[in-house]
Amino acid sequence: MNGVHDMGGMHGMGRIQSEKHEPVFHAPWEARTLALNLALGASGKWNIDASRHEIELIPPAEYLRMSYYEKWYARLVGLLAKTGLVTRAELESGKPAPGSPKATPALTADRVPRILANGTLASREIPGAPRFQLGQQVRARNIHPTGHTRLPRYARGKVGTVDRHHGGFVFPDSNAHFLGEKPQHVYSVRFAARELWGEQASPRDAVYIDMWDDYLEPA
Amino acid sequence: MDTTRRGFLAAAGAAGHGGSGAGGHGQSHEHDHDHEHQAVPSDLTLRVKALESLLVEKGLVDRAALDALIDTYEHKVGPRNGARVVARAWVDAEFKKRLLADATSAIGEFGFSGRQGEHMVAVENTPKVHNLVVCTLCSCYPWPVLGLPPVWYKSAPYRSRAVIDPRGVLREFGVELPEDVEVRVWDSTAELRYLVLPERPAASEKLTEEELAALVTRDAMVGVAKVTLPQQEPRA
Repeated sequence: MNGVHDMGGMHGMGRIQSEKHEPVFHAPWEARTLALNLALGASGKWNIDASRHEIELIPPAEYLRMSYYEKWYARLVGLLAKTGLVTRAELESGKPAPGSPKATPALTADRVPRILANGTLASREIPGAPRFQLGQQVRARNIHPTGHTRLPRYARGKVGTVDRHHGGFVFPDSNAHFLGEKPQHVYSVRFAARELWGEQASPRDAVYIDMWDDYLEPA
Repeated sequence: MDTTRRGFLAAAGAAGHGGSGAGGHGQSHEHDHDHEHQAVPSDLTLRVKALESLLVEKGLVDRAALDALIDTYEHKVGPRNGARVVARAWVDAEFKKRLLADATSAIGEFGFSGRQGEHMVAVENTPKVHNLVVCTLCSCYPWPVLGLPPVWYKSAPYRSRAVIDPRGVLREFGVELPEDVEVRVWDSTAELRYLVLPERPAASEKLTEEELAALVTRDAMVGVAKVTLPQQEPRA
């Protein structure tokens, strides 16, 4: 979706504010929010793409106003409600409703180290060679999906060069909507900064973007 | 869908813990972090507590697991991991070769692996190439080697500007690059996670691997800083 989260190249966001000796969390609720997201994520009721999309659905003005973990809180509430792990009535009352779903076993502390160390592999073995060769010119398709996509707007319609093959990966555009993994080749594509931004950019500089096969066409 | 979401949020907030609040508060470009983090915390403290209690009562969450998750990222996993990888690459040419060829396995030799580092790529800075990592679409970051990302990395200013004005961004971090250095920006749009292998500082030949690791900063491994010897740092 052409959301406000797709920020590459926007102006007017201000200076970068780097904090010296920044703590990992600025308040205990931030830490709890991160942990709740990770713990519930382990339930397998949603995937990382659906989880990213849930944040993209936050209305733009809210998205820009909210702090990072506030967005994570909103995302978690949204996913819990959508998956039925928590009902609207429960969110309103703060109490479990009689007969509410409890089928998902909670992540226990002893499983935390292994869950984190293993992570979740998004790579998939796929048959067939990549459609595009190293060094080949490709164009990022000029598409505007209304759902989740990882093709940033600033690259659409632009021509780049295939720099690396990363192998097969789950396709976020379908996986985010629980429409299947549709695994396909991912390429690192090098775009000259001037192709993306015109004469104002340095002639030497480049942006490398990881692109799924469906985002590309021959140039 | 959005209306539904707002309904849930308002409902969650209305469950005796105050409304979502702070909605109308204006935000200038120059807002500071303290403000951003403290504008709504008492409200969020209550809302997150209420949600956690509900999830514990429903048997969906185990508090000890939450504590373990927080402890991991607050105390165990952070940029010191990445610094060890970088220092090793500086002193061990064979390791560096492995790191650049297959970063996931090379980093795995240290036992650093897993969540948000499942598919690692290391990119090397040289006198002629400077690499910079961003996630314009969200906040992708290599957790096993760098820990959780700092606020600035996840912020709109960095995400919007890193791809269109990398040299301006670097200047704000105090790095001025000559015109003949090529800047490569890596936008983490997929599940690949990028670690910058900074240049080893000049005149560091006598330092041990541990001493070198102590010099490597998080910012250098994201690509917004260079690694310097202590005496080269500008005096504040």
